[in-house]
Amino acid sequence: MNDAMAFLLWTKGPMLNLALGIFALGVAVRLVEILILGRAKNYAEPRAPEWIGGAKALVSRTLPDPGTFRRAPFDVLIGWLWHIGFILVLLFFVPHVELIRGVLGFAWPALPTPLVDVSTALTILGLIAALVHRLTHPVKRFLSTGEDYLIWAVVFMVVLTGYLSYHRLITPYPLALGMHILSAEIFLILVPLTRLSHLFTAFIARWYTGAHFGRKGVEA
Amino acid sequence: MSTLAIRERTLEQGAPAQGLSLARGLAAWRAELDAPIAAFFSSCVHCGLCAQACPFYVETGDPRYTPIYKLEPLRRLWESEFTLLGRIKSWLRLNQPVTDALLAEWEELLYDSCTMCGRCSMVCPVGNDIAYMIRKMREGMVQSGHAPEGLIAASSRAIRTGSPMGLQWKTLEVQIRHVESSTGLQVPIDREGAEYLVLLSSMEVINFPEYLEAITRIFAHASISWTLSTQCFEATNAGVQIGSKDIARTLVERVVAAAEQLKVSKVISPECGHAYTAIRWEGPNLIGRSYPFKVFHIIEVLDELRASGRLRLEGKETDRLSMHDPCNLARKSGVIEQQRNLIELIAEQFVDFEEHGRYQWCCGAGGGVSSNERAEALRLQAFKRKKAQIEAVAPARMVTMCATCRTQLEEGIETYNLNIPVVGLTELIAEHLVDKEPA
Repeated sequence: MNDAMAFLLWTKGPMLNLALGIFALGVAVRLVEILILGRAKNYAEPRAPEWIGGAKALVSRTLPDPGTFRRAPFDVLIGWLWHIGFILVLLFFVPHVELIRGVLGFAWPALPTPLVDVSTALTILGLIAALVHRLTHPVKRFLSTGEDYLIWAVVFMVVLTGYLSYHRLITPYPLALGMHILSAEIFLILVPLTRLSHLFTAFIARWYTGAHFGRKGVEA
Repeated sequence: MSTLAIRERTLEQGAPAQGLSLARGLAAWRAELDAPIAAFFSSCVHCGLCAQACPFYVETGDPRYTPIYKLEPLRRLWESEFTLLGRIKSWLRLNQPVTDALLAEWEELLYDSCTMCGRCSMVCPVGNDIAYMIRKMREGMVQSGHAPEGLIAASSRAIRTGSPMGLQWKTLEVQIRHVESSTGLQVPIDREGAEYLVLLSSMEVINFPEYLEAITRIFAHASISWTLSTQCFEATNAGVQIGSKDIARTLVERVVAAAEQLKVSKVISPECGHAYTAIRWEGPNLIGRSYPFKVFHIIEVLDELRASGRLRLEGKETDRLSMHDPCNLARKSGVIEQQRNLIELIAEQFVDFEEHGRYQWCCGAGGGVSSNERAEALRLQAFKRKKAQIEAVAPARMVTMCATCRTQLEEGIETYNLNIPVVGLTELIAEHLVDKEPA
């Protein structure tokens, strides 16, 4: 029990600082790496201002076009299911909201815990479905590298350990909670180091593509 | 000797040409790498949704044709040289190097199985513009000596003769005489101060001479002041297709010089998709300045004439018509409503494909694939996506507005025994002009 408590305190103390430090520094480096490359000046007369197309694409790419949905409904639904579930739990579970309040000094109302519980279970099922799909779909399987499976495992561990801790399925509790916090810290560290970076770079990508098409009068 | 002259010489000698090397290819990529590309590579999570947007993957089921996979060598270069983590990996020799053999293997993926139609760029959930990267990646393929023979030959002919098909002004002149005798109208040549400079594509001049006659009649009908230029009649740009800025720039400079010499205020790109994107969107960036004139696709001009009431038409086509949007015109240039406004004027029964406009499917021949003889079988296989779209609406005739698309549609329709004629929208409009009252 004392060892478990020491482990928990370590994850909540030095390890948290380390993870947040690597995350912040890493994200900053990645942003600089990307943005420093810039873009060549565009002399072609635009049909519409770039920023309108860029801003629209930030949001619009979240929804697939009807043809894509028809051809790949499983990809879209599973992707949506676990992304939404993950974000919902991350931002609206009572202890998470309290953590945010502790760090930022303010927060928002949490969702009822039973709802978050269902959401977590669905996220776990969604992630398992996504893994099976990755292992069986000819294109996904072909494209996938070790890194894709690594980031799947880390995301899965974050959600799974959270679920197990809440339901007291691992004892002692401090060990369970410590494992959950450590998983989240590994996740944070891997954000700038792997394709998990899409959680911030996807919006840069969407902006550029939306702007590029938007100036030509095409909604992208 | 200028770089262009060297390039021209080496292109004529064919690959592996003197002066082209892996080092030059990688240097070209380094020069092309920009913030959008870095953001795109950072964002791809290997979901593979771009595959189902690509006619080459959809019709072959080969995962190698997954659009984002076609960029793997460029991604490796970006990772190992433009990211801190990649630099550390290279230092530890953990990186995957880009070799000549790798590029040789990728040549087919970049040129035979990609028309740069940009459909993948429209569906990527993280927003990656894959076609944008393919265009830039081809620059390095040319510089490293890994461009296909057919495109090298077309580029070389375009630089040498002014036409990718080697067409001479004197051939066009014969056609001009035919048009003049059949219409009784004059085709204006080198008329300084005209409002519009009309450009053509060699494929159109050779395969679809109806186009020149159609615009001659339409412009006379609408009292448009226009001209052809003996200095430059070719609108197409093999440089944009093969992926060589030097060649592309030279070809665009010819158009700009002709337009400036004749002091026109507007330049019209013909029924061709890539010529329009080359001149309208890439051209000013290739020459590093904006133009003193505006650039339009012929369909934009016709729609403007319609909107201003200068196009007086009579009669309707009674058969069932459907339409193929050229990728370069619709998805890559935003000309989508104009052709529909025009066809509504003359069609009793027009039916659109379910996926059209920005989500239309490529015919399979664009982006230089039609000049790449080696890709013929694959090109006709990719056409099966278009075939499925055609069969779904069962038109009596197809209408389009790009000579490459039209040739591909005709060839594909013939290959798969669909028995559906294909017609250009401009000539269809010309057939319905109200005869001008005698002055």
